[in-house]
Amino acid sequence: MDKVKIGTCWLDGCSGCHMSLLDLDEGIVAVLEKADIVFGPLVDAQEWPEGVDVALIEGAVSSQDDLKLAQTARARTKVVVALGDCAVTGNVPSMRNGIPTRRLLERVYVEGSTETPGVPTDGVPALLERAVPLQEVIKVDLHVPGCPPKPDAILLVVSELLEGRMPDLGSKLRFG
Amino acid sequence: MTEKVKVRIDGQVIAATPGQTILEVARANDKYIPALCYMEGLSAVGACRLCMVEVSGVARLLPACTTPVQEGLAVSTNSEQLHSYRKIALELLLVERNHVCAVCVSSGHCELQALAQEHGVTHVRYPYNYPKLSVDTTHPRFVLDHNRCILCSRCVRTCAEIEGAHVWDISGRGIQSRLVSELKRPWGEATSCTSCGKCVQACPTGAMAEKGWGVEEMTKRPGVVGNLTSMRGDR
Repeated sequence: MDKVKIGTCWLDGCSGCHMSLLDLDEGIVAVLEKADIVFGPLVDAQEWPEGVDVALIEGAVSSQDDLKLAQTARARTKVVVALGDCAVTGNVPSMRNGIPTRRLLERVYVEGSTETPGVPTDGVPALLERAVPLQEVIKVDLHVPGCPPKPDAILLVVSELLEGRMPDLGSKLRFG
Repeated sequence: MTEKVKVRIDGQVIAATPGQTILEVARANDKYIPALCYMEGLSAVGACRLCMVEVSGVARLLPACTTPVQEGLAVSTNSEQLHSYRKIALELLLVERNHVCAVCVSSGHCELQALAQEHGVTHVRYPYNYPKLSVDTTHPRFVLDHNRCILCSRCVRTCAEIEGAHVWDISGRGIQSRLVSELKRPWGEATSCTSCGKCVQACPTGAMAEKGWGVEEMTKRPGVVGNLTSMRGDR
């Protein structure tokens, strides 16, 4: 039997959800017996491949690059999981949403800089006007909140998906 | 002795005292109805809409906290319809302001967060509002964070009815409603505030907190209001 293909990605977040994923300890061995991780910060692939079974997406959608990656992942994946509070609610990245983007960048990179003031434009993606949860830009099949989601919640979700079932978080549902 | 009335809650026949509300009778008989704006010892206002129940013979849902019992009343406190409406109410509370649990002093001790988790709210189905709201840190001991306020008015009623100072009120209407101290003075300049802190204990979320606590560190004793009322009795 072919292994299940899992892709992970990290949009506007702190990588805490990926840390929690690594924190499955020996649980990750059982996962990797049935699945390959084909994209993400943990592997070398440059582009989200076709035919992925499960996408674990961390972080809010905050920039043009985030938006593009989220859309590509959605188009090429069967089950998309919003992993963690940023992907589910916007969380900390969304705390900038009350401030216009231009004002925010000037405050940080012009008023806040003594050495070389100026808003960077080269090699960085343009910020969206708001950092939004994943579900506001793509269809999400499963939401797993938590900051980060506890390893046992992630293990439950991944194990159930590997068995072809849609997980029910039950008492493992937790915000913050 | 007062005459009792017979009511039926989720099929169980219960003898209740006239004047009691559905919520009071239910809680006295170990029947759980969720609520955020209701607090034992305070007047009931029916603001949060979480305690909505089905009353047979009535086509619309009624808030259990403000509906008095009467002879023969039959109530259902838990149905699929109620569960779905309670989820909607919770989701609307979550999208209205900025409830960022990850950086909130009350995370893990928050009634809104607990109810959302208990009702299986894994996400909200509405777009977030992301309003720009202020944090009042002018009081020497307490903080008011409008980002977390759900306008339940427990603080307003605690201050007016228990402390007798009436520092707090809700100003504005609809989405513009804001909790204000002493006709919109900063909290630290409110001369009628006795700094008793009971509003902080009554607050179900992280909107009111003591200064000096970090994320997840602010625990509250909401029972203090009910205890004070029952100790005072009719005085």
